Parts: sequence; structure tokens; C-alpha cells
Amino acid sequence: MKVAALEASGLCKHFGALHVTQDVSLSLHSGTRTALIGPNGAGKTTLVNLLTGVLKPDAGRLCLFGEEVTRASAAVRTRKGLVRTFQISSLFAQLTVFENVYIAVAQAAGRGFSLWRPAGRQRDLLERTERLVEQMKLQPDMHRKVTEIAYGRQRLVEIAIALALQPRVLLLDEPAAGIPSNELDLLHGAIGTLPADIAVLMIEHDMEMVRRFASEVAVLVNGALLMSGKPCDVMAHPQVQAVYLGVAGKARFDAGAAAYA
Amino acid sequence: MTPLPRDSILSRHHWRLGELLWLGAAVACYFAFPEYLALGTSVLVMVLLVQSYDLLLGFAGVLSLGHAVFFGLGAFVAGWLALAGWTEPVSVVLAAAVAAAVLAALIGPFLLRLTGLPLLMVTLAFGVLVFEAAHKATGITGGDDGLSGIQFKPIFGIFEWGLGGATSYLYVLAWLAVLFLLMKRVAASPFGVMLQGIRENPARMRLIGNRVLPHLTLAYVISGAVAGVAGALFTQANAFVGLGVLSLDTSVDVLVMLVLGGIGSLYGALIGAPAYMLLKHFSSQWNPFYWMLIIGVLLIAVVLLGRGGLLGMLQWAARGFRRGRA
Repeated sequence: MKVAALEASGLCKHFGALHVTQDVSLSLHSGTRTALIGPNGAGKTTLVNLLTGVLKPDAGRLCLFGEEVTRASAAVRTRKGLVRTFQISSLFAQLTVFENVYIAVAQAAGRGFSLWRPAGRQRDLLERTERLVEQMKLQPDMHRKVTEIAYGRQRLVEIAIALALQPRVLLLDEPAAGIPSNELDLLHGAIGTLPADIAVLMIEHDMEMVRRFASEVAVLVNGALLMSGKPCDVMAHPQVQAVYLGVAGKARFDAGAAAYA
Repeated sequence: MTPLPRDSILSRHHWRLGELLWLGAAVACYFAFPEYLALGTSVLVMVLLVQSYDLLLGFAGVLSLGHAVFFGLGAFVAGWLALAGWTEPVSVVLAAAVAAAVLAALIGPFLLRLTGLPLLMVTLAFGVLVFEAAHKATGITGGDDGLSGIQFKPIFGIFEWGLGGATSYLYVLAWLAVLFLLMKRVAASPFGVMLQGIRENPARMRLIGNRVLPHLTLAYVISGAVAGVAGALFTQANAFVGLGVLSLDTSVDVLVMLVLGGIGSLYGALIGAPAYMLLKHFSSQWNPFYWMLIIGVLLIAVVLLGRGGLLGMLQWAARGFRRGRA
């Protein structure tokens, strides 16, 4: 078996008496698309924070391509290819869309300490930034402050930044939240054109998205991993239906699957 | 590649008309006000000091109340070297810059882990501590008397210092021009862009793989070195160093001048420092007790009318003027 892109084993985290992550073990392999689902408050975002190093786990270990990164800082993990986006947009508020993406491009290119050549004359960085902006169809807003553009389009800036960092493991925290339905296709397209060999973990509520996107589904309930496996097996499981999907959710998944078949 | 807008942070390397106008005005002052060149020299020194602080606060977002430490260190290093017989002015300035840079490199990695109020309090405490230590150490700082009898060789062995400040005005202006260009270069570089990212959202910078602390430390070193240069120039222009260079007042003045002029462009210092210094000079001549009142009212007006400082108001007026003509 190939070494997992990201392997979490026995992750635990508690805030006081509240155990938000309980003994979670999860492995993501290169090329897989995993959806992480679970009811509100299940600890999905906490889990992503543990994986990216924003929070330190109380127990458990984490390996990135077989290399232990449990104690590594968020910056080091990002440099090793573990990249995330945020559920609530977290951008450089006073800067424009183009400048936001440029920062990520320059960082990924290792130019953070380039002190002499002006940023506006480093053509390779500018061109790469422009390509990413075009890929996300953000040209109309390119030179506007990120706080002035529609929230859904801010999410696309998030994804452009993530792509600029050339991820090997990409964690998408509810990428579709807040994106208006007429712009969802753009997001689907972006996720569809991600390099095939990277591992993607996506927190998602929308079953339609899960069906289109996921090759595996993991279900998190009360901080613990309830089960994981192929989407249709997981969705059919009575326990999953009971705690999360409800009858309506299952019907929507089935209807989508039938329409797709 | 479509061209970037002029006001983008990626367009900072372009020349601006205002820069040349300012330099032209500074040179014109040399000819127009020969009796005020001593005052002019101290204004130019403050412009340099405020500019170094803008790199730190305006770009990297580091709010410190201890900037006088670097200014004072540079000033005293210049004084000590001169009294020890090293009187070649340009190399003394460079030595002062190195001393201030070393200090910044030593304390930066500890201080810059803090942000906001804790950082403000710790830098304040550090500044006060250094001042009090210098006050006690009369053997090396001269205590309340300061160091006097400081003399330097002619600049490049040609230009005599002379009375009235004519030489020192042009000498300081030359240093200011060179260092402005260097700081502008740094501000326009990807490093400068990263600093602005850190100012906006340090947590996000870590999650794009930037360790933040090395960037802040280098910004602190550059800013400290330039402040050290300003200190050395202060000593050379006055032929004297007193404890005032290390006082909290100096740190606060620098912050006030920057806010008055406008933060985050390197241009605020060009306006804020002269406005503050000249207002202080002439209003204290008019009334030695109430001059602070004038500065206070001006500061309140600038802060209430928008955060861009005097620079922001000028830009706003210029935009209105252009729109009016169009």
C-alpha cells in the first residue's frame, strides 16, 4: 500500500470538559476526494484546525507523506504542501484581489525575502497571479479590495490563494458556503480541474456537492468518526441517516444519483 | 499582462511627481531661508526617523513606543566614536547604523512575538528602562550634561561643517534622499508586500507558509538601522548628544508625526515631520505655554477627518481638483 498523503491517528482535542475531537483516525491518499460530513457542532472545523496546525492536538499523531508533522507549525505544514481554505473568508482585507493572490504566489515561489527587485516587475509572479485570477473568473474584480466584492467571490479568492500554494493535500472548509447558485458551477469547475494527484478533503453540507465530488465520505458525529467509506455505502447506512441525513437528505442524494446515472 | 493600477501596492516602485517636488522644495529652502538652516536640519533628521518608523508601523503593523532607543543608540555611538578620535563622518554614520541594526536583531525575535497592547507596553517599558540606565551611567553618557565637545572631520575631507547649518543641511538631505530610495525599494519589493500581508492578517500569512517572525525581525533591523543613521546625523549636526534622544517624548513625537502625516506609504513622514516641527517651533515662539494646544487641535482634526493624515487630505483635494477640471 502506498504511503498516505495525510495520515491522522488517534487525534484528540478538548476545550475544558468539552471533547471536540475524540480519537479521530483518518487517512487521505493522493488522488482521492474525501468529503467530511457531519451535523453542526460535530467538530469538523476543529479537525481541520488540528490537521493544519492552527490548533495542537492533546493526543495523537499526524504524518504528511510518512513524515511526522504533529509538532510542526502551520507555516511549515503549508510549505510541505498541506493547504487549506477557510469557512469564513480570511483574506488580506485592505488589499485587492490581485494583491491577495500575489502574496500567495510570491510566498510559494520562495520570494518572501526578495528585497531588491520591485514586486511589480517580477513578471513570472505577475503572470502566474493573473492566470489564477482568470481561472477563477475574477478579472472584473481584480483590482478591487476584497472587502468590497461579493462574499461568494471572496470564496473564489480563497481557492485561488490555495491553488497558488501548489498543494499536495488540500483541505476545503465548506467551499460552497455563501457562493450564489449561479456561481457554483465555477467552483465545481475549479474543483474538477484540481490536479488529479493531490489529495482533497472537503467539508460539505450539500449532498449534491458530495455526490458530484467525493470518492469517499467520512462522517463525524460529536467529535468522533462514525464511519467512512464509499459514498453510496455510507449514505445507505441507517446510523448515518439517523444522525445526519434524515429521510429527506437520503432522498435528495438518491434522486441526484438516479438523475446522474 | 494588463498594467497594474498606480495605487496598487505592487506599483510602489514607480516615480511620483510629489517625490521630486518635495526634493525640489527642500533644496529651494536651502536658498530661500539661509537663517533657518539649523531648524531645517533637525526637521530633515526627524523626517528620516519618522520614515524608518513608517516602515515598521505602516508596513509591518508593529506598534512600538521604543523607537527612540535606536535613534538614541545611533546618536551616542556617533558621539562615542568622535570622542574616541574616529571623526570621519560618513563611516561613523554607517557604524551607528550597524550598532542599531545589531540591537534590533538581538531584541526583535523576542519582542516581535508580541502584538498589539502587550507589544506597546513592553516596548514602552524597554524605552524607559534604557533611558533610566543611560541617565545613571553618567560615565559613558554624560548623564544630564550629555556629551559635548564632539567634532567631526570635513565631509569627504572637503566640506567644512561651519556655523549656521548650511553644510549639515545638505549633508542630511543627501542621506535622506539615499535612504528614502533604499526604503522605497524595500517597500516595493515582494518582501515589502509580505510585510503588508502580515499587517493585514498575520494568522493567514502563517497558513500560506510564511513564518512571520523572520520577516518582522528583518523589518525591525532595517527600520532600526535607519533610525540609527538619523541619530548619528543628529549628533553630527548638533555637535552634541543629550539624553533627550532616548526619551519617551522622542518615541511619542515620532508616532504623532507619522499619524499627522499619514501612515503606510513612506510619504507621510515627508509632510508630517515638517508640519509638526515647524508648527512646534513657531507656535512656541508665539506662546511657549500653549503650543501643544495647537498641535493637539490639529491632530484631532486630522484623525476625525479621516485616517489618511495630511497626506490623505492632500490626495483627496487633488482628486477633487482633477474631477473639477474634467
